[in-house]
Amino acid sequence: MFETLLSGFWESLVEIPEFLEINYEATIQRFVDWFAATFDVIFGAIRDFVRRVIYNLELWLLAIPWFIFVILVFLAGWRLKNLTTGVVLGLMVVYIASSSLWEHTMSTFVIVIFSVIVCFILGLPLGILMSKYRPVEAVLRPILDLMQTLPTFVYLIPALMLLGLGSPAAALSTTIFALPPLIRLTYLGITTVPTEVREAGTAFGSTPIQLLVKVEIPQALKSIAQGINQTTMLAISMVVIATLVGFGGLGEEIYGALASGRRGVGQGFVAGFATVFLAIILDRLIQGVAERFDHSEGGES
Amino acid sequence: MAKPVTIQNSSVVFGNHAQKKAAIELLDGELSPQEIRERTGATVAVRNVNLDIKEGELFVIVGLSGSGKSSLIRTLNLLNRPATGKTFVGDRNLLEMSKKELRRYRRNDVSMVFQNFALLTHRTVIRNVQYPLEIQGVSKKEYTERAEEAIRMVGLEGWEHYMPSQLSGGMRQRVGLARALTNDPEVLLMDEPYSALDPLIRREMQNELIKLEDEMDRTIIFITHDMNEAFRLGDRIALMKDAEMVQIGKPDEFFDNPASDYVRNFIADVDKTRILKVRSIMNKPAYIAKQGDRVKDTLEAVKKRELSFTYVTDENRKFLGYVTLDQLKRSRGKTIDRLINEDETVIYRNAFLREAWPKLKEAEYALPVVDGKGRLRGVLDYDVVVDALAD
Ligand SMILES: Nc1ncnc2c1ncn2[C@@H]1O[C@H](COP(=O)(O)OP(=O)(O)OP(=O)(O)O)[C@@H](O)[C@H]1O
Ligand SMILES: [Mg+2]
Repeated sequence: MFETLLSGFWESLVEIPEFLEINYEATIQRFVDWFAATFDVIFGAIRDFVRRVIYNLELWLLAIPWFIFVILVFLAGWRLKNLTTGVVLGLMVVYIASSSLWEHTMSTFVIVIFSVIVCFILGLPLGILMSKYRPVEAVLRPILDLMQTLPTFVYLIPALMLLGLGSPAAALSTTIFALPPLIRLTYLGITTVPTEVREAGTAFGSTPIQLLVKVEIPQALKSIAQGINQTTMLAISMVVIATLVGFGGLGEEIYGALASGRRGVGQGFVAGFATVFLAIILDRLIQGVAERFDHSEGGES
Repeated sequence: MAKPVTIQNSSVVFGNHAQKKAAIELLDGELSPQEIRERTGATVAVRNVNLDIKEGELFVIVGLSGSGKSSLIRTLNLLNRPATGKTFVGDRNLLEMSKKELRRYRRNDVSMVFQNFALLTHRTVIRNVQYPLEIQGVSKKEYTERAEEAIRMVGLEGWEHYMPSQLSGGMRQRVGLARALTNDPEVLLMDEPYSALDPLIRREMQNELIKLEDEMDRTIIFITHDMNEAFRLGDRIALMKDAEMVQIGKPDEFFDNPASDYVRNFIADVDKTRILKVRSIMNKPAYIAKQGDRVKDTLEAVKKRELSFTYVTDENRKFLGYVTLDQLKRSRGKTIDRLINEDETVIYRNAFLREAWPKLKEAEYALPVVDGKGRLRGVLDYDVVVDALAD
C-alpha cells in the first residue's frame, strides 16, 4: 500500500512537468528565419558570389588535362624537395586520375584553395593585430582555444544558417574551422622575432609600418608558411565533413561508401586514398616553400 | 660632422609605472640599487650619470656584466628612455624630440652596432647594409652605391650577395659595422661589438676599427667588459659599477690615480706599456698657426702664450712644419709661409708608446702627432712620456 503510493509519487517526479516543455526548436527556427529574411540581401549576395567563384574555379581546373597536373606536381616536388619526392607526388596524381575520382578531387581541391585563401586574408592581419595589441590578444586567445575544442560538426550549423545548403556553406565552415593555426602561427612568428633584430630596425629609424613589412613579417615567414600548411590540412579534413551541408567532392564518395555497409569498403578505401594523397601533396609542397624561408644557421639558402 | 655628446644626471629605471616612480624618489639617497630594488621592485640600471664626450672622441665605457653599460648607451638612440636628466647630442636634447624628429635623428645622426650582430637574417649582406638608407626613401642607385662603399670600407667586397648565415662571426660583425656606417652617422654606438668573437678575430677587428676611426670624423662610444680592449681603443674610458660611474679619464690616469681599490683591481691585469697609445697621453698644442697667417699675428699669439715655436698646418689641418719665435721676430715677410721648417719627424697617433719612445728620445723635445691623413692631432711631450713610462 505504502509502496504503491511511493512509486506513484516517484513516477510523478520522473515525469517532466508540462510548464518546462519549451519548444526551443521553434524559437530558434523562428530566429533563423527572421535572420535569413532580414539579411538575405547580404548573405544572398555572398552566397551567389562564392558559388560563382567556386563554380568557375572548378571549370578552369577541369579544363586542364590531368597529365599537366602530374608534370607540375612532379616539378614542384623535385625543385622544392628532391627527385624522389617529385616522383612519388607525381605518382599520387596519377593514382587520383586513374581512380575515376578526378572530378570529385577537383571540387574538394577548389574548396580547399578557396578557404585557405580566405583564411590567409583574414588570418594574417588578425595574427599581426594580436601580436601588436594586448586587448586583441586577450579577446582572440580564448576564442581560438574554444575553437580547437569544439566538435567539427558544430561548424556546419552557422554556415547552414547563414548560407543554406551548398558549396558556399561548405567553404564557410571549412574556412572557420581551418583559420586558427594561421592566426596562431602568424602571432608566434612575429612575437618571436629576436629582440635585437627588432631593435636594430627601430634604431635605424624605421616607421612602425616599415618595421612590420621589412623586418617582422619577413622574419616570421617560415612560421606563417607553417601556419598555411596546418590550415590547409585542417581544410582538407573539413571538406570531407562538409558533405553534410550538401556539397559533393571526395566526402560524398566516402559517405556513400559508409552508407552501403560492407559492400562500400572498396569504394571507401579508393576515395580515402585520394583524400590522403591530396593532403600529402599539399603538405610536402607547402613545407618545401616554408623551408625556403628558413634563414637560421644550418637552414637552407 | 662629429658631434659632442653630453649626458647630464641621467638615470635609467626598469619596472612598472608605480615602481619606477618610487625608485626615482630614492635615486639621490644613500640606498644601493639592490636595496632600491628590494624596496620598490624597480631595477635601477643607470644612476645619476654625467658624461661629457667630445666630438670625434673614441669613448669607451667598461664595466662588469649588469653594471648598466647597455642601458646607458641605449639612451643615446632612445632604445631606453632615461627617467631623469638630459641627453644632448650636439646642442639638441634627445628627450625633447617629437616622434618625427627622433626618427630623423635615428636615420641621419646616430647608428648602432649590436653585440649579437642583429642582422636581418632574411636579407643578403648588401641588402642589410642598405637598410638604413632604403627606409629613408633614398633612390636605389644611391643606396646601392653607398652600401657598396661601406662594404668596401669593412673589407667585405665580394660577399655582397651572401646570406648572413653563410658568414663567420667576424664577417657578420663587419656587416653590422658596415650597416652602421652607411648613413654616415655623427655618433656611432657600439655595444660590446666584439664580445661574441674569439680573441684572434677580436684583436683583428680592434685594429681595423682603429684604422677606420682614423679616417673618419665621428664620435664613437664603445662598450666592453674587457679592460684590455678598453685601453687599446679608448681616448678616454669610463668605468661603471652598480649603475654608477666609478672613474672617467684617459688611460694613463687610471694607472696614475685610480679612484678606488675597485679600479686598482680592475686594471691589475693590464700591461700598461703595451696598451698606452700616443693619442691617449698627447696634449693639444697650445697654438696652431695656419698657412697664410700674417707674421705679425702669429708672433703676437706665440708671445702671448710664452711659446718658443708653433706648428703650422694648411687649412685642412694637414701638418706642414713649425716656425720658431726667433724666425718670427727676425722676419720681414708678410706671411709665415716662407718661414716654415719642414719637419719629417712626426708620430702616428695610434702608435703605442713603446714604439714612439725611440723617436722621442732622439728628438729630446716635443714631437707633433698626426693621424693617418697627416692631419695634426696633438703634441707628445717628452716629460709626459717619461712620466707615463716611469712606473
Ligand atoms: N628591459 C629590461 N627590463 C628590466 N631590467 C633590465 C632591462 N634591461 C636591463 N635590465 C637590468 O638592468 C641592469 C643593467 O643591465 P645592462 O644590460 O645595462 O648591463 P650591462 O652592463 O650592459 O651588462 P652586460 O655586460 O651583461 O651586457 C641589469 O640588472 C639588468 O637586469
Ligand atoms: Mg650589455
